[in-house]
Amino acid sequence: MIAHSVFFYIFSLIAIVSAVMVTVSKNTVHSVFFLILDFISISCLFIMIGAEFLGMIMLIVYVGAVAVLFLFVVMMLNVAEQKGQWFSSRWDGGTHIPVGLLVSLIIFFELIIVIGGWKYKPDLLNSLSINISNEVTNTRSIGNVLYTDYILLFQISGMILLVAMIGAIVLTYRERAGVKRQSYVKQISRERDEGVDLVEAERNKGVKIDA
Amino acid sequence: MDSYFSILFTEVYKILFLLVPVLVSVAMIVWLDRRVWAFVQKRRGPNVVGPFGLFQSLADALKYIFKEIIIPASSNKLVFVLAPVVTMTLALVSWAVIPFGEDFVLADINVGILYLFAVSSLGVYGIIMGGWASNSKYPFLGAIRSAAQMVSYEVSIGVIIINVLLCVGSLNLSDIVMAQQNLWFVIPLFPMFVIFFISALAETNRPPFDLPEAEAELVAGYQTEYSGMMYAMFWLGEYANILLMCAMGSVLFLGGWLSPIDVFPFNAIPGPFWLIFKILFLFILFALVKATVPRYRYDQLMKLGWKIFLPFSLFYVVLTSSFLLYFDLLPGK
Repeated sequence: MIAHSVFFYIFSLIAIVSAVMVTVSKNTVHSVFFLILDFISISCLFIMIGAEFLGMIMLIVYVGAVAVLFLFVVMMLNVAEQKGQWFSSRWDGGTHIPVGLLVSLIIFFELIIVIGGWKYKPDLLNSLSINISNEVTNTRSIGNVLYTDYILLFQISGMILLVAMIGAIVLTYRERAGVKRQSYVKQISRERDEGVDLVEAERNKGVKIDA
Repeated sequence: MDSYFSILFTEVYKILFLLVPVLVSVAMIVWLDRRVWAFVQKRRGPNVVGPFGLFQSLADALKYIFKEIIIPASSNKLVFVLAPVVTMTLALVSWAVIPFGEDFVLADINVGILYLFAVSSLGVYGIIMGGWASNSKYPFLGAIRSAAQMVSYEVSIGVIIINVLLCVGSLNLSDIVMAQQNLWFVIPLFPMFVIFFISALAETNRPPFDLPEAEAELVAGYQTEYSGMMYAMFWLGEYANILLMCAMGSVLFLGGWLSPIDVFPFNAIPGPFWLIFKILFLFILFALVKATVPRYRYDQLMKLGWKIFLPFSLFYVVLTSSFLLYFDLLPGK
């Protein structure tokens, strides 16, 4: 048990310190790297409580895909310069900090409600009729619940994500004129008589192409 | 306290027993790669250092060790140094779950295949960090290309893994191998094996998908600013990843440590040798592809990943699951 608690404290320390560093560090790219470190240590904590499926999914989805997109955005859009402006006094009309504070307060109260519920109403947990056993791997038990009792909610959340994705594509897509697209069918079905044109060239005059 | 130390020592011993062969075989595999490449092009390849040039990679490694490590003045130094370390570490940690035989695996975890997938999806960070920290145009472009490429092909690899998992009913790699005792998955899932092979080429930035280091456009991609041992670490990590992809392919489709037919001269050979044979077979295929196929264009690469592989492997998931459901073959009931 000693080793277990030592590892727990190491991972939670890394998680908390890197979460603070996300907001504190000056360079935005460093912020994203700290965010990745945070995700990784959180997934280590998940694995430590025996939720290895959640831990791995956390790594695959958040670290492997979401954080890569974060990095892309941060590297491409040069957010680093803006971040300096948000906190400097020169920049007027700064509405970011109050909004951020409001959001974090709301999340804080939500956490209090959830954790307080666990603490003072323990029968709430029992009302969820999930029998947890060590015999079944947690991948299987999650699947058993997700695809039977909560199948509708699961499908609806998937649909919402799909709609959001398609919506984002539709919003950002614009047809540009004059873009040359490759068509394999066209390329392959090209014959000699439409590709090659034999022309009688007159002396000292040449031939005009694309006239 | 004593028990902790004994656990620690046995684990360290086991890890070394796994890692040293992996590192040596990475060095040897580079030689094999160059020899196969040369064989296809009717050249001799490395044949000077040692018998058949076997020690060429060791000589190269020695050269890299003694070369100066140059850190560009305008680079982000910490990230610049961390990038090759991340690449190398991630390439090596994934070997922990590869089963070399029955009960012959370092960590027999429940979600082995997810672990492999997660670690290989982390591999992109070594490259992005290297490209960004170099603070120079070519490495950055190479890193962006590589990241987009790896993320896209990971999606199709994930869907292919789902195909295999439907037939197995477990995420454990040893279970995946044991499920292939009667029939290797390469036979019922052959199209998936082909797509897995091509996606593995793209995932490890091998030719014909080596756009991140396309020398005609991007010098050496994300490795441009690296020199000496740091370059060698990128290079070792890359080849360790290639070997890992070959191991993953043999575990998922070619029956891992199982012998092809369960008859005397074949099943007398111990399991690890079969796995090594299969890894070598896949690697030689990798090397042959490198020697024969011209490089893809970037938009073709993306089109192949998103518009052909992803829909096709999704369709195959539906096909596999409906087949299993119809013939009542679904495992784990």
